[in-house]
Amino acid sequence: MIVALGTVWIRNLFAATMLMGIFSLLAAALYVLLDAVDVALTEAAVGAGVSIILMLSALVLTTSREKVHNTRHSLLALLVVLITGGALIYGTMDMPNFADPQAPAHQHVSPRYTQDSPKEIGIPNMVTSVLASYRGLDTLGEVLVIFVAGVGVLLVLGTGQYRRRERAPGDKRR
Amino acid sequence: MSPQTMSPHIVLRVGAKLLIPIILLFALYVQFHGEYSPGGGFQAGIIFAAALVLYALIFGLETIQRAVPPAAVHLLAACGALLYISIGIWAMFAGGNFLEYKVLASNPKLGETIGIILIELGVGITVASVVITLFYSFAGRERQPRDKD
Repeated sequence: MIVALGTVWIRNLFAATMLMGIFSLLAAALYVLLDAVDVALTEAAVGAGVSIILMLSALVLTTSREKVHNTRHSLLALLVVLITGGALIYGTMDMPNFADPQAPAHQHVSPRYTQDSPKEIGIPNMVTSVLASYRGLDTLGEVLVIFVAGVGVLLVLGTGQYRRRERAPGDKRR
Repeated sequence: MSPQTMSPHIVLRVGAKLLIPIILLFALYVQFHGEYSPGGGFQAGIIFAAALVLYALIFGLETIQRAVPPAAVHLLAACGALLYISIGIWAMFAGGNFLEYKVLASNPKLGETIGIILIELGVGITVASVVITLFYSFAGRERQPRDKD
């Protein structure tokens, strides 16, 4: 929480990037505490690793200091943020308690997943069998989203080899 | 990200050389042991890509692009997604619904296992390739002239 606030407040983008990395690492530790090791692996590798490197390489292209523009705060914006935040917090009050066995999420299909999937799929890790078999189409969608995102970046930014091709072939060093 | 990046840092280079094979091996473990332990294609792909990105950070973009050319990465990204879809279509030809792995082998459990391993492989290949592509695209751009900093 403190790290997140620091990320918003700090003007030096390099430090903000580092703080984001720390935030991701803390989130990963939190996921491990909640027994969501799959998510923690992803968060640690994506949030703390790769996305920070991408941010840094984007920083290389720009400046590392945020421009201060128009520090006049709008009262209307504050009001909208407060109302939205309040509504969201009000919404969480209806949520079931943590680890409540009667929660709706534990009633619908998850008994079948947790009780029958080792027999039906023959794979001990239920996360994998839900992800890849019961929800195979959703996972296909995710993969296609990732693929399309990669294609989009390629179209916008180029392949990364494009610039080097312009140099003479004998010119090994930049 | 010139080839000279960090080249005098011998501790970094030696440390990375020790670490990168272990990270790659761990990625493959996460990929193929995903049915038994936490992990799967997404995580494995990201970890694999992270190892290559670490290599690129320390030994330079040109070195890594000689080993892993961008064109091959683009091809692999498409191949991963295609592998996933083709497993689904294979299941249709075998008499089931799209992505219904049960029909892939005589034993339903074996069929499920084959299907899951193959689609996780497709997921892993696509994720790793796309992340490497992102890194190439960002890192391969020339440094623009900065305004005052």
